[in-house]
Amino acid sequence: MIAVAEVTPAWYLVLGSILFSIGAVGLLVRRNPLVMFMCVELMLNAVTLTFVTFSRMLGDVDGQTVVVFVLVVAAAEVVIGLGIIVALLRKQPTATADDINVLRG
Amino acid sequence: MELFVFLIAGAACIAGALGVVLNSNPVHAALSLVGTLFGIAVLFVAQEASFLAAVQVIVYAGAIVVLFLFVLMLLGVDRSEDLSIEPLGAGHRIAAVVIGLAILALPLLAFRSTEGEATGARPQPGAADAIDHDAADVAQLGESLYTTYLFAFEATSVLLVIAVVGAVVLARKVKRADLVDDPLVLDASQPPAGAGT
Repeated sequence: MIAVAEVTPAWYLVLGSILFSIGAVGLLVRRNPLVMFMCVELMLNAVTLTFVTFSRMLGDVDGQTVVVFVLVVAAAEVVIGLGIIVALLRKQPTATADDINVLRG
Repeated sequence: MELFVFLIAGAACIAGALGVVLNSNPVHAALSLVGTLFGIAVLFVAQEASFLAAVQVIVYAGAIVVLFLFVLMLLGVDRSEDLSIEPLGAGHRIAAVVIGLAILALPLLAFRSTEGEATGARPQPGAADAIDHDAADVAQLGESLYTTYLFAFEATSVLLVIAVVGAVVLARKVKRADLVDDPLVLDASQPPAGAGT
């Protein structure tokens, strides 16, 4: 008989940390601005998972309220960020994150 | 039961996250991102946050990933890139992994030292922000959002309006002939009307 382990909130927190680290490594390793942006979304999602976990651990609904605000800020960030990336790739279709200065002037 | 949900959803999250970082084709990376977002939505349901799970699927998997794919395909930048030359070099990649492991080690050490216990203040039973397990989570979330955090909620609407205006300014194409009267374009070679001469 295999003892079934209990899922503690710490498991969720560890999963959130792993996702955050993968996102951070991706942000540092990749040069494509769109993929870098996806890595930022990954890190934001890891943080929302942590907030929901703490909300359940502490029995406090405020953690979930913060997640709503994170979602709104993430949506606004995607709109502006993709606008900048579209302007960048329109000027130079092979642009990487190092070529962001072609937008100057 | 929660163990199986956690293991499957957690595996989907990590596989999707690795897919975002390791896929050379940006379209495949965007599709891997959907796996992560969906896994996190399942974990939200497992933690009694079903409204946030629905919002996660609708806003992230529905809107944000579609926006990513839209930009990728509209601009035709969905070609694969050579990952062996994409980073600045092997040293850069090793340094990035070391930094990632350091970022991972920090919270893990913190969990170890607190033995997995959150040390924040817990609300008294019956307080406004205490989770009532009999009531729907969306009702409690709405009450918190429209009473305690009303000002922050209104501020987010201003933020969204600014984001929309910013996106329009960034995305529009300015024609040469309009440059002179366009107040948004500061062209040094064209002095504004009435200045000098």
